[in-house]
Amino acid sequence: MVRIAAGQETCRAATGYEIGSNEEAQMPRVKTTINGQEIEVERDRWALDVIREMGIEVPTLCHHPALAPYGACRLCVVEVTKRGSTWLATSCDLPIREGLSIRTDTEAVHRARRTALELLLAEAPEAEEIRRLARQMGLEHPRFAPRVEEGKCILCGLCVRVCRDLIGASAICFADRATDRQVTSPFDVNAEACVGCMACAAVCPTGAIEVVDDGYVRRIDPFSTELELLPCEVCGKPAVPAKLLPYLRAKVPDHVPVRALCPACRRAEAAAGLSVPSRTGGVSTAPTP
Amino acid sequence: MIESVEDLQTRQQSARTAFYPDHVQIGVGVGTCGLANGSQAVMDALRDEVATQGLDYTVRGTGCVGFCQAEPLVDVLVPGMPRVFYRDMTEEKGRKLVKGLAEGRWHADWALMRVERDPLMTEIERPLAADLNGLAEVPTFQEVPFYRNQRKIALRNCGFVDPNNLDEYLATGGYASLAKVLTSMEPDEVIEAVEKSGLRGRGGGGFPAGRKWRSCRQAHDHPKYVLCNGDEGDPGAFMDRSIMEGNPHAVLEGMAIGAYAIGADRGYVYVRLEYPLAVEHLATAIRQAEEAGLLGENILGADFRFTVRISRGAGAFVCGESTALMASIEGFSGEPRVKHIHTTEKGLFEKPTNLNNVETWANVPAIIDRGPEWFAGIGSENSKGTKVFSLVGKVKNTGLVEVPMGMTLRQIIDAIGGGVAGDRPFKAVQTGGPSGGCIPEAHLDTPVDFDALTRLGSMMGSGGMIVMDDRTCMVEVARYFTDFLRKESCGKCTACREGVQRMYELLDNITRGEAAPEDIDLLEEISTYVRDNSLCGLGKTAANPTLSTLRYFRDEYMAHVVDKTCPAGVCPALTTFVIDQDTCIGCGQCRDACPVGAVTGEKKAPHAIDPDTCIRCGACREVCPVDAVGTA
Repeated sequence: MVRIAAGQETCRAATGYEIGSNEEAQMPRVKTTINGQEIEVERDRWALDVIREMGIEVPTLCHHPALAPYGACRLCVVEVTKRGSTWLATSCDLPIREGLSIRTDTEAVHRARRTALELLLAEAPEAEEIRRLARQMGLEHPRFAPRVEEGKCILCGLCVRVCRDLIGASAICFADRATDRQVTSPFDVNAEACVGCMACAAVCPTGAIEVVDDGYVRRIDPFSTELELLPCEVCGKPAVPAKLLPYLRAKVPDHVPVRALCPACRRAEAAAGLSVPSRTGGVSTAPTP
Repeated sequence: MIESVEDLQTRQQSARTAFYPDHVQIGVGVGTCGLANGSQAVMDALRDEVATQGLDYTVRGTGCVGFCQAEPLVDVLVPGMPRVFYRDMTEEKGRKLVKGLAEGRWHADWALMRVERDPLMTEIERPLAADLNGLAEVPTFQEVPFYRNQRKIALRNCGFVDPNNLDEYLATGGYASLAKVLTSMEPDEVIEAVEKSGLRGRGGGGFPAGRKWRSCRQAHDHPKYVLCNGDEGDPGAFMDRSIMEGNPHAVLEGMAIGAYAIGADRGYVYVRLEYPLAVEHLATAIRQAEEAGLLGENILGADFRFTVRISRGAGAFVCGESTALMASIEGFSGEPRVKHIHTTEKGLFEKPTNLNNVETWANVPAIIDRGPEWFAGIGSENSKGTKVFSLVGKVKNTGLVEVPMGMTLRQIIDAIGGGVAGDRPFKAVQTGGPSGGCIPEAHLDTPVDFDALTRLGSMMGSGGMIVMDDRTCMVEVARYFTDFLRKESCGKCTACREGVQRMYELLDNITRGEAAPEDIDLLEEISTYVRDNSLCGLGKTAANPTLSTLRYFRDEYMAHVVDKTCPAGVCPALTTFVIDQDTCIGCGQCRDACPVGAVTGEKKAPHAIDPDTCIRCGACREVCPVDAVGTA
């Protein structure tokens, strides 16, 4: 896990816990009830993880196992009962405590998730993933006019959070508030800190971030960002963003070579390294039984 | 430099002597309310006249004494005489007053009241002359309806001291509570006192302060922080502003006492960007306290240090939310986080943090000074002490009102407020700002405290109290607050960002006559969704204005969507103003008031409004002396 410098808004934004504290903590075990079944789990584990481990499905959009929970999309809500009070809470950032009773299968939960999807559908009408999730809940057309002419961004923050907390580049951020809130590069111009790793595009649940490699330029249009691509050392085709190499060199142990290779040549080299001689002669890539 | 309790007492003694000087002292209310009404010019005129006349008078600025309706307010302190407050002062009246005083004339007809015992924390003995010398006809503080039922604890000193003069604060007993705590109380005893007092947070949440302090004390980490929430974002609320401007040391002393109790050694006062005068006065107070040794290292010779800094907001209502406020101090965007882990455990910079509102902190020195039993003896069963309200809107006496909790809404609006402006019919009172709701006449005898108002679907909130008459459209009120909230949402969670926006669109359509009855059901559904699914307090309470007006004024909503009319005559698309031809006396005031020339009529003959030109501003209706302007 990448250790974040003090003062950065890592998990404090979500929960006040540091990343990884769940795995590292040696917490006492507590009793909790999920959909009527009593179980015993380590205190302060995220309810979402515990629920999913029981085989119960919970939809999420702004959640990613490699990142601290954020609580933005409101899709993972569950009904929580404690000391006689019942309320809806997002399960991704709900720490399991003694005496908590959780239900994922009530009418209230279903309606809440459906309404969240309805609002998201009206916000990002082009997002196929939202359409798919909505359809699963019997929702085709939102009762609201589309908020943006065309768009897929649901402001889940995964791109911002992965860039800041995992990659450590902080090349993009949220700007403005309320319905003007958007993900952008600082001052909406070329993000100098971007290393072109495409983690943002990889984590985006709706495919709102398109990265286009055009000749020797990698373009990330939503963030007005362009990066120079270096040619592959083996085949010469445009391959790796120039800024990515020093970033990787700083991250990996010194003995690991960092080279500009296109995906095909990188695969071929890795495969060659795995190959073993076969009894009938020639080269096979299968390990000996 | 005050290095011990003895030093403090010596300095307090000399400050007390100086507080009532042996020459005439004039005070001018130069809080934001006074300045907005032109009190700076009044103060300049007074100073100039005193100099011109060669008089031995001092003129100094004070904070807000509460009766903002009557600003500019000037008080005159003649040795041996009660303090006299003059209302609605002008430069001209100021000059005449100075000349009059030099000749022994009071201009009693300009006076609002005379105050024999200033509402300071600790009274300062001062003998008064037996002969009131022309002041007998001036009502006393207790006789003025606006002040009669008030009790100044959090607002003590405001309007009576120069906030930029540490010695005036010391004279009134300032920092004696901190001295008491440092010399004779253990931290746990201080927390016990606050718990026993029953003090609940005055910022709106009403959380028991003692309990919060205790859980922060129990947190095992350092450093610990005490924070003051001076973000006060509710439209129309200015209680905290007046305390920060008019008596900033009360906040600092309260925070120091809290820091000692909790084990913190540093703190921040977070002040919204839009309060530059509060920032200025707090900064001066901090500097003066530091210079005197009342902040910093080894305070009063005890093994206790406490430093305070000011952190300014940048124009976001959401930064009044505790976790967003802390993010803002840290340099991040004001974005709340879920609070399963309390900020008393991990707050500012992930350290144990105790955040309280300005008014909450201001009560602390008084509780320590007079004791928790005294405080618990004021107020209602579950809401102890007093509460400051900003009484505004369609009420005769607007201003800041501090009353024991448990007083009814009716008593506040009628007895203190003087009733609805223009004696128009009362319609509703909106409490709690954008997080609160509207309460109709049927519930006016409800006592004002934390729990009673919540049961009615509103909340006491930070103290905003907006009086509404029959010319207020309740749908428009909901639209107004929802518009405010949708723009102030941080935008992080789907429920608030998208939900409140859609609520606004529906309300806007309703006020423009473009909605159907089904839209009211949809509005109710989304409002409930926002209430139950939002991440933070802003979203969780955003539905209150809508849900409370739907609860008590549903017929008004129906008129908008079914009949396509606005009964209050406010929504332009659904209003037509008509002059009753029999009632109209042809005075022409409406014609003069109309900004677009839509009114025609000859003198003494009935006037008429051209509906095509009319912009529905309602000015004609406001000025008509015979109520001849009505809605079609």
